[in-house]
Amino acid sequence: MAVLPVDVQGVSWPSEAQPVLRNLTWRIAGDGITAILGENGAGKSSLLRLVAGLIRPAVGTVTWRGATTPPAAIRWVAQQPQFLRASVATNLWFAALPLPGRWSAKRKRISAVLERVGLAERANEPALRLSGGERQRLALARAWLAQPELLLLDEPTANLDPGATAAVERLIQEMRSSGIRIVMTTHHLAQAARLSDEVVFLADGEISEQTPTRQFFAAPKSVAARRFIRSETPWWFRLPE
Amino acid sequence: MNHALEALSQALTLVVRWDETLASIVRLSLEVSGSALFFGALLGLPLGAVLGATQFRGRGLVVALLQSLLGVPSVVVGVVVFLLLSRAGPLGFLGWLYDPAGMVVAQTLLVAPLVAAITRQVVEGARERLAEELTMMRLGFAERLFALIYDCRFSLLLALFSGFARAASEVGAVMIVGGNIEGMTRVMTTAIALETAKGDLTLALALGIVLVGIVATIHMVTSGLEALARRRAEG
Repeated sequence: MAVLPVDVQGVSWPSEAQPVLRNLTWRIAGDGITAILGENGAGKSSLLRLVAGLIRPAVGTVTWRGATTPPAAIRWVAQQPQFLRASVATNLWFAALPLPGRWSAKRKRISAVLERVGLAERANEPALRLSGGERQRLALARAWLAQPELLLLDEPTANLDPGATAAVERLIQEMRSSGIRIVMTTHHLAQAARLSDEVVFLADGEISEQTPTRQFFAAPKSVAARRFIRSETPWWFRLPE
Repeated sequence: MNHALEALSQALTLVVRWDETLASIVRLSLEVSGSALFFGALLGLPLGAVLGATQFRGRGLVVALLQSLLGVPSVVVGVVVFLLLSRAGPLGFLGWLYDPAGMVVAQTLLVAPLVAAITRQVVEGARERLAEELTMMRLGFAERLFALIYDCRFSLLLALFSGFARAASEVGAVMIVGGNIEGMTRVMTTAIALETAKGDLTLALALGIVLVGIVATIHMVTSGLEALARRRAEG
């Protein structure tokens, strides 16, 4: 079942009285990478979970190509992904269980994905023994295995060192090149500038701005976005007031 | 004091010589408790896993009921099984009263709730940790259950051990259902109770030493296996 477009219509969450997300309307369509930016508590992760179908809106609707139940071709990767107490390969084996096709093909696919994320040599090691960067790559591999139409990444490089961040970013770009539509939240403005084609800026539970990335950084429309960029950029690179 | 030490010394001699009476009682005990563990696990593991992996209306009540079954004294279970298996009872036609088969039934009823309760708790912990990931992996119910049980496999070893320990150490149910008939239904715990009452502390102590030895050995092996496997899986 196809995923896109995803329509978020007049959504408030978790309650209408005290919403984190407030009467929010948004459409995910097309291709490329969308970066969701915003301050802590702006509702970035909640919005991603709504689109993933992990939580339901208190008010409003989320539909996936018109359907009200989330389709299979959508994957979400948590900021701190969890794994089974099993080897790297076994974790992928479980992820491959519901996928269609013969097991010989699935095994090949698992090997290919492990190779792509650079974990082939660690296939038989416990997943819980991996470093933060390797865990994130395994989580991406688990999602990639399903060849999703839409991939949602919640702060994919939070707490990673620059080397691990670069490796994860390379994979995200590869996944995008393979035709996967990606929506990610991030705190790193530089990362949003490097990876994304479009920025959605959340402030006070609402989308205050949705513009192409270049335009967002060159001339943010909303006051909240300008203030956010100013607070995150070094003193020697300040946008004009 | 001297009497106790003498009894202990004779008991140790009995264990070392592996007396025939002692051996036959130990053998029957292991057969009955082992079978009860098998059937108890067959019932308790899936029940606990389903309760731990799912959320449904009335689940809290089922869990509370399961927990309360843990507190049921073994003699009460013995009486219930006795009534079921007695000649006039609904299962009297089986002829299992005063037979090892009836003792297995009684101990199974003691083991199953314990295995189910521990399994439920362990699987529920794993579900809380992995729920969103398993949802996004689009696993079906059976696949999700399989994944959770696989994740908890080491902890479930300890659930099985606890089940065996409960079966091997209980006395009330097997006494009532088995009747403690020499050479037929006499197991370690019932023999210990009888021999102590008769004042023959030698055999009672010897059986006690063997019982504690068996439970301690199984515990050490299970814990060792669990620790080894966990180290391999978690690093």
